[in-house]
Amino acid sequence: MATEEKEVAVAESIIVDIQKKITDAFEVFDHECNKTVDVREIGTIIRSLGCCPSEGDLHDMLAEVEEEEPTGFIRLEKFLPMMTRILMERRYRPIPEDILLRAFEVLDQNKCGHLTKEELVKYMTEEGEPFTQEEMEEMLSAAVDPETNTVRYKDYISMMVVDEN
Amino acid sequence: MGCGTSVTDIRVKKSERAIKAAILIQRWYRSYVARMEMRRRYALSIFQSIEYADEQAQMQLSSFFTFMLDHFTHPNEPDPDTISHFVSSTTDNSISDSDLMMEEYERTIEIPDSYYGPHLCFPLTVADTNALLQAFKYRQQLHARYVLQLLHETKKVLQQMPNITQLSTSYVKEITICGDLHGKLDDLLLIFYKNGLPSEENPYIFNGDFVDRGKNSVEILIILFAFLVVYPNHFHLNRGNHEDHIMNLRYGFTKEVMNKYRSYGKKILRLLQDVYSWLPLAAIVDSKVLILHGGISDTTDLNFLNTFQRNKLKTLLKPLKSKTETNHKPQGPTLIEECSTLKEVKKCLSRQDITKSSSASSERKQNSTVVADAKKLVSLADRTSSAEEQKSSVTTPCTSPELKTKEWKQVIDILWSDPKHQNGCTPNKYRGGGCCFGPDVTARWLKKYNLKMLIRSHECKQEGYEISHNGKVITIFSASNYYEEGSNRGAYIKLNPDLIPRFFQYQVNKGTRKKTIRQRVSTVELSALKSLREKLYTHKSELIEAFRQHDPNDTGNISPSQWASAMESVLHLDLPWRTLRSRLVQLAKNGNVEYLSSFDDLEIELPIKEVQPSLVETLCRYKADLEIIFNMIDKDHSGLISIDEFRQTWKLFNLHLKIDVDDDSIDSLARSIDFNKDGNIDFNEFLEAFHVVHKLESRNTK
Repeated sequence: MATEEKEVAVAESIIVDIQKKITDAFEVFDHECNKTVDVREIGTIIRSLGCCPSEGDLHDMLAEVEEEEPTGFIRLEKFLPMMTRILMERRYRPIPEDILLRAFEVLDQNKCGHLTKEELVKYMTEEGEPFTQEEMEEMLSAAVDPETNTVRYKDYISMMVVDEN
Repeated sequence: MGCGTSVTDIRVKKSERAIKAAILIQRWYRSYVARMEMRRRYALSIFQSIEYADEQAQMQLSSFFTFMLDHFTHPNEPDPDTISHFVSSTTDNSISDSDLMMEEYERTIEIPDSYYGPHLCFPLTVADTNALLQAFKYRQQLHARYVLQLLHETKKVLQQMPNITQLSTSYVKEITICGDLHGKLDDLLLIFYKNGLPSEENPYIFNGDFVDRGKNSVEILIILFAFLVVYPNHFHLNRGNHEDHIMNLRYGFTKEVMNKYRSYGKKILRLLQDVYSWLPLAAIVDSKVLILHGGISDTTDLNFLNTFQRNKLKTLLKPLKSKTETNHKPQGPTLIEECSTLKEVKKCLSRQDITKSSSASSERKQNSTVVADAKKLVSLADRTSSAEEQKSSVTTPCTSPELKTKEWKQVIDILWSDPKHQNGCTPNKYRGGGCCFGPDVTARWLKKYNLKMLIRSHECKQEGYEISHNGKVITIFSASNYYEEGSNRGAYIKLNPDLIPRFFQYQVNKGTRKKTIRQRVSTVELSALKSLREKLYTHKSELIEAFRQHDPNDTGNISPSQWASAMESVLHLDLPWRTLRSRLVQLAKNGNVEYLSSFDDLEIELPIKEVQPSLVETLCRYKADLEIIFNMIDKDHSGLISIDEFRQTWKLFNLHLKIDVDDDSIDSLARSIDFNKDGNIDFNEFLEAFHVVHKLESRNTK
């Protein structure tokens, strides 16, 4: 009994901690201080909490938390339970380095260890969930070696991973 | 490529794989960017919290000034010298308005042949503004004589202006409105480059806060004033909360002037006080759009603001003498009571000064109750006295103290207030001055004056502008990279006859190559964390005490939530401590916080052995306050104050802040910093010793 109670208490404290984290992130974008954020910022909030959903996943999540008559704003009241569940269930986990590397290798059809700038731009802006011009320029500024105009993706990935810590 | 039989099949498969790979990379990249964005936002909130806490301290200083005046001005005060210093440092040594002034500058201030900066020719023309812009691009300096002449001319032009300038878009197509520049010359030059130089066809309004913080406040003022003199009807300046000589003491402009103009610095600063006081307070475009620096309150009275004598308000930060000290006879019993309490405070203080520190803690206890009374008094004085000098109340007999208070309150509200999102009007506790006004206040107020919109500045916004209160309030901020390189964009507004604002954003970029998102975020982040950790250091003892309350067994570890609540309870910065945790302290394996680790890297530059650690912290924490106080005592800007002045000030400051530092340690501190034993203290050198340094960083740069 006692251990069970203890486990419950531990689980509860984990939830409290997660919820505090979600609320903190939410509040950064709650400019009105009324427990709402602009629907366009939800992606940043979810992703900043360590999730890696696709745009499609994000769309589904939004549908879940949006009001019946969309107001352009998302309420914390609705967002908090959904996000807590996602984090507890450990969904949309970060993409491991080796998987990411394999993805670049798929695009590198000549298997030469790099993509040209043009190739990367083509894939990222024409395939999948295309980048906006701003996103693309941002990515290129760190990814492209200005001398060769190519992306040595292995180096790029390890640099990006190190950066974050 | 593709030598098999079913080429199309393979192609389809290949492209499917490529799409999947692309999606994966996109997913990963977007998360990366989001996490970076979050870090940047956190960094900005750190900067902002610290900035506002600092402003709050600055506002609180004004009550200290009252406190000081009350004590120093007592007729039986053993040291009337100090007092006269203190009071006269801000009384306006009125400058004669005669036109002889211009010639006098010319006659008395010689420009040496070696001067290679720009030459001005009065009355100024476009040729002069061009010469100035050109010279400042090449980092040249304008000679002090020209500066003084320009200030003199500026004042003459400003004196002709009403408090609230009325403008019209009917003759020009558009009016450009710029926000805070804060000494960032590159931003001003970039605006002129993008938007064209000011002229009759290209009118501008600059909405206050031209100076402080940035390195080129002098140059900015010179350019703005020169354009004002050349185009008085098409170039407009509003006063900001930094156009105030006491603000300038804290935020760098005074230092900049003294460094650039040495012996003429004093003269320039004094004349500037006068020029500041003549700056208009607001502008109205087409009777519909109000432009002013801070905001409004529910009591803001445009008609009053339009008619009172604005140049009487030299500073908002120093309440005049408290009411009990002015010529106005106290009315009613409450004030008489105040007087008697005040006398007691003084008696007690002077006794304390005579009977040296040895006379023990019982007296200190007694003092503290008296101080509490004094504090009440001071705050009352704050409310009842205005920032106006006693002198003017004599010269303008019609001003009653109530009216002066009203002037002060009206102006502080428009220069210091911020919009908020909740309804209502509340004191601006973050900044310590002005108020926070809600959308309902805006709506009612605009309706009352039949206005459409309020354009204000005063707050740094990430995008350089922000629209709030259902489009009725616009914030415009023109200093890009305000907190740190990459922290924010700058913007300006163009307003056409339809009064629909158009926004133009920009960012000064020093490097040649575009920085990556990571480089931008980490510059901002590192610098924010650095200031935050300095702040922690100045509260070290208090923090450790708060941490230890959660750590009865002295393990050195506490849980993250205990740590977060201890941080907030001591620092009151309203920051997301949990998220910042990993960047401020070492984490133990179980996720707990090793709370002492956040102080690891910090120390003060010249550890002074004679001083106990808690006093060092106190000195670090109030460094900026002390700098201002010492500067005010140091009337002749010599950088020196006497040991007695130091001791006196420090004691009062202690009483005011209720810091418990015993007098012995102050005395020994005073003796130890009189390095050459001549009875004077070089307070800049002294304060520099209490600068928090980051050991790791200074080691790296070495």
